[in-house]
Amino acid sequence: MTYLLRDVSTMTVRGLRLVSRDVDAMITAVLLPVVILLMFVLVFGGALDVGTDYINYVTPGVILLAAGFGAANTALAVEHDMSSGMVERLRSMPVTAWTVLSGHVVASLAKNLATTAIVFGVSILMGFRPEASALEWLAAVGMILLFVGWITWLAALVGVLVRSPDAAGGFSFIVMFLPYVSSAFVPVDTLPGWMRGFAEHQPVTPVIETVRGLLAGDVATAADPGGAAALAVAWCLGLGVTFAVAAGLAFRARR
Amino acid sequence: MGAIVTAEGLCKSFAKRGSAGPPVLDGLDLELEEGSVLALLGPNGAGKTTTVRILATLLRPDAGRATVAGFDVVRDARRVREIISLTGQQVAVDARQTGAENLTMMGHLAHLPRRVVGDRVAELLTAFDLADAASRRVDTYSGGMRRRLDLAAGLLTRPRIMFLDEPTTGLDPRSRQALWDVVRDVVEQGTSVFLTTQYLEEADRLAERVALVDGGRVAAEGTPAQLKRQVGEAGVELTLPSPSDAVRLAPALAAATVDGARVRVPTDGSVAHVRSVLTTVEAMGVTPEHWEMRTPTLDDVFLTLTGHVGRARTARAAEVAA
Repeated sequence: MTYLLRDVSTMTVRGLRLVSRDVDAMITAVLLPVVILLMFVLVFGGALDVGTDYINYVTPGVILLAAGFGAANTALAVEHDMSSGMVERLRSMPVTAWTVLSGHVVASLAKNLATTAIVFGVSILMGFRPEASALEWLAAVGMILLFVGWITWLAALVGVLVRSPDAAGGFSFIVMFLPYVSSAFVPVDTLPGWMRGFAEHQPVTPVIETVRGLLAGDVATAADPGGAAALAVAWCLGLGVTFAVAAGLAFRARR
Repeated sequence: MGAIVTAEGLCKSFAKRGSAGPPVLDGLDLELEEGSVLALLGPNGAGKTTTVRILATLLRPDAGRATVAGFDVVRDARRVREIISLTGQQVAVDARQTGAENLTMMGHLAHLPRRVVGDRVAELLTAFDLADAASRRVDTYSGGMRRRLDLAAGLLTRPRIMFLDEPTTGLDPRSRQALWDVVRDVVEQGTSVFLTTQYLEEADRLAERVALVDGGRVAAEGTPAQLKRQVGEAGVELTLPSPSDAVRLAPALAAATVDGARVRVPTDGSVAHVRSVLTTVEAMGVTPEHWEMRTPTLDDVFLTLTGHVGRARTARAAEVAA
């Protein structure tokens, strides 16, 4: 137990180093959301009527999309550790080997924090005008990190289970579609009925609504106990804990 | 000194689509004397890596038992992990960390006291001739440098037993030589080494004892000299213009055997002996079309001791062992 904290902090330092030095992935992680933001706002934005400036509407969605993409790198990183002999070596040492996963998750959170800041910056340059107070900003970022947390634990689980980098890469393809079928880019009531059912009951929608509400300075929506925020937090914590435990168990089971 | 690693009747097979696959280990026994080097020699697929993984607590055997320093590798896995180090077939260091960062990380993970980590890392970087490259990222290292760093990572804690799984596969001859020197130093400092290799030469250079594995069990065990004696000695092989030349020459050479136009003379490989053989040939007025030194190869070892050529034998293994 005394060593657990030390193992976790050692692995976190490692995770941060690996992420911050992967220049290719870093460039993609920043460029991709910026390009998507430009495309949605400049190309589709003019044709979409969402009742407010489209950039105010779409910014949270782009950030979550980027989170999904960033998490896919965690799947790759974990897969690499599993297949490159690193995990093998750790397992022959008296360390709590699954802490290797927590290192990657913390690194993913830090990276997403950075890309989130950049997307907000670009978005504000393009005319995004949030009306959030400092506290609401903090809450919005906290919500985004909770979302990044569960999706990264899912990525870690995928990384443990798959047997090739290609399979780990395929993960990003799937998670990138989640925000599209939600209220991230268009209001859900514009979707066909069967799709609306999914969109309204998947975790991305309440998270988007919460972040959007907070950034618009609309605390009432966020604070409503039965509202989007409570639902979003429940989704993220529930999925986060589930996938963290599953990843830990899968890690221990895989030989 | 007694045995520090023992294995008795180890069996292991891996499930294939639900049913148990063919046995990888089929009753493997072995012992490593404390303070010595044991080489597990065999071709790909013989069960070398599986053996190492069981001894290093990564895999449970289906049957049989193994101990490391008296601790059972299954029941006392944690105790075993505190005194061993494993350097696997793959180099397990991070390409995007520097050499020093990699070692420092491993020092912390090995739970060295915090204040000694820095000193120990510096010490190993110097010992492994990596001090100049310490602050460079590993992705700028050569294959040999990566291997040395990988080995250093296994030595941070001064393990009592070091497991090396095919440590020189893929290294150029100079790096291989450097690695052998390192292993000798480690042994001199009291660490026992359990090594797997496909190369007879490597086993010969490093190990006090060699266990030849084939089909998941030890086919033969002994000192390198004993094994090679079983295989047959080195010989000078002369190819003469005709069988009659061979018959005429053979009686002049001690213990020579004739096979068609070829004459084979056992030798200890010393310059003096080889020279005397060639001088005798010259004195007899025979001019060989061709002559060569023949030493036992991995193929010879397998052919003699198991009655078949090693499975999945690679051209490289034969070439290096020759």
